[in-house]
Amino acid sequence: MILCATESVDGTRAVAAAVAGLVAEGDLLVLVGDLGAGKTAFTQGFARALGVDEPVTSPTFTLANRYRGSMTVNHLDAYRVEALAEAEDLAIPELLEDGVTLVEWGDNILPALPAAHLEVRITLGEGDDDRMLELNPAGSSWQARSRSLAESLDEWIVR
Amino acid sequence: MSADRILGIETSCDETAAAVVSRGTDVMSSVVSSQIELHARYGGVVPEVASRAHVELLMPVVAQAVVEAGVEDREIEAVAATYGPGLVGALLVGVSAAKAMSMVWDVPFVAVNHLEAHLYASFLEEPDLEMPLVILLVSGGHTSLIVMEDHLRYRVLGSTVDDAAGEAFDKVARHLGLGYPGGPVIDALSVDGDPNAIHFPRAMAKDGWDFSFSGVKTSVVNHVRKNPDTAIPDLAASFQEAVVDVLIDKARRAAREVGAKGLCLGGGVAANSRLREKLLDVCVEDGFRAFLPSRAMCTDNAAMVAAAAWWRLEADGPSPLNIGADPSLRLPVH
Repeated sequence: MILCATESVDGTRAVAAAVAGLVAEGDLLVLVGDLGAGKTAFTQGFARALGVDEPVTSPTFTLANRYRGSMTVNHLDAYRVEALAEAEDLAIPELLEDGVTLVEWGDNILPALPAAHLEVRITLGEGDDDRMLELNPAGSSWQARSRSLAESLDEWIVR
Repeated sequence: MSADRILGIETSCDETAAAVVSRGTDVMSSVVSSQIELHARYGGVVPEVASRAHVELLMPVVAQAVVEAGVEDREIEAVAATYGPGLVGALLVGVSAAKAMSMVWDVPFVAVNHLEAHLYASFLEEPDLEMPLVILLVSGGHTSLIVMEDHLRYRVLGSTVDDAAGEAFDKVARHLGLGYPGGPVIDALSVDGDPNAIHFPRAMAKDGWDFSFSGVKTSVVNHVRKNPDTAIPDLAASFQEAVVDVLIDKARRAAREVGAKGLCLGGGVAANSRLREKLLDVCVEDGFRAFLPSRAMCTDNAAMVAAAAWWRLEADGPSPLNIGADPSLRLPVH
């Protein structure tokens, strides 16, 4: 587990950009956190780092947005998905074939997601803009990148 | 190409709707089978529920629209359906049905952009609206400020960079345990609250045309975390005021800048009573004509789809039958 602390939305975006530097086609990131934690902000920083220049907006309404950058970024939202059977409509295995996929409120549908993923758990800190980001690599491919992740995130890591 | 009577179908999100509209202005029937009760249990729109319910409801709703219009099937001269933006599964139900009907009846099929349909909702109630017109389109999925220069000619000045205004209402309401849909609940509670009790941020109010509603949502969460005893009506009214202020400020600035003849609301959030009240106030002060569509025309309906289809068919002819649902469709830029 890697624990990072940020003090602003831009800080959260910067952490996301650092993580984006280590992703490969087919990767899945599961974003977990309460309302207003910064899941969309994380995705914004992540997509920007991959060369997406259009605005990354909340996918709550459309459930899935797709952006073209140096790599395709799929941005999903399971906020409104409450039964696992409904998660099938998100067509996650198909999306994973092209680019990198981020799922907001991913904990809602965890059993429907591939076991190999990077969990990013965002919690509110002391001050209004303070956030803690807990990164949990799951599966061999992410675990193999743990060390590189920690090096890239050095500036924000809480020891 | 022109068609007198157009059957419109709308299934982009919550509502299964069908309508028959003559010449883009005369609403012969408009049937909306709201799925709100089905969704209330889930605190939002659940895609599987939405798609399945559309399949079950669409044909009865279409049959009722045709009967209420007092026409026979063979008197329908074109069939139109919303093909985006929206939930992909839900859109496909309407698009597939409309294509099938157009083939069986041997009439043109017209694929309609849901956002363009919202722009035409106003013209159904007020066919003589003078342009240029500034339209503030606000719903659960969209927040856009649009200048309509002429029929089918418009510019999108700005849109939300994160959450839609209606989405912020829904999420705040759910966070406060107030139920779904959040807009009407917060509107109703605000009547008894003080809009100045808490000052929530007005994000990007002064710069540019884009909107941001993620920050105000987070501020509400933070405020409740620190002040769990805040009266809910004060919280609701203060949150609503922050959202409405930004919407009105930008719409007013846009109307001044483009020399608009009028200012118009569209989308589900246009039913919000505080937004309507403040829009009227600024129009009186600045001398723009205000147009506030009825609640039935603000929210998703199929009459607006048939109306937009009439203009599109005239300008572009029928849509190809190989056109599919496009969940992230945008307004065409001119």
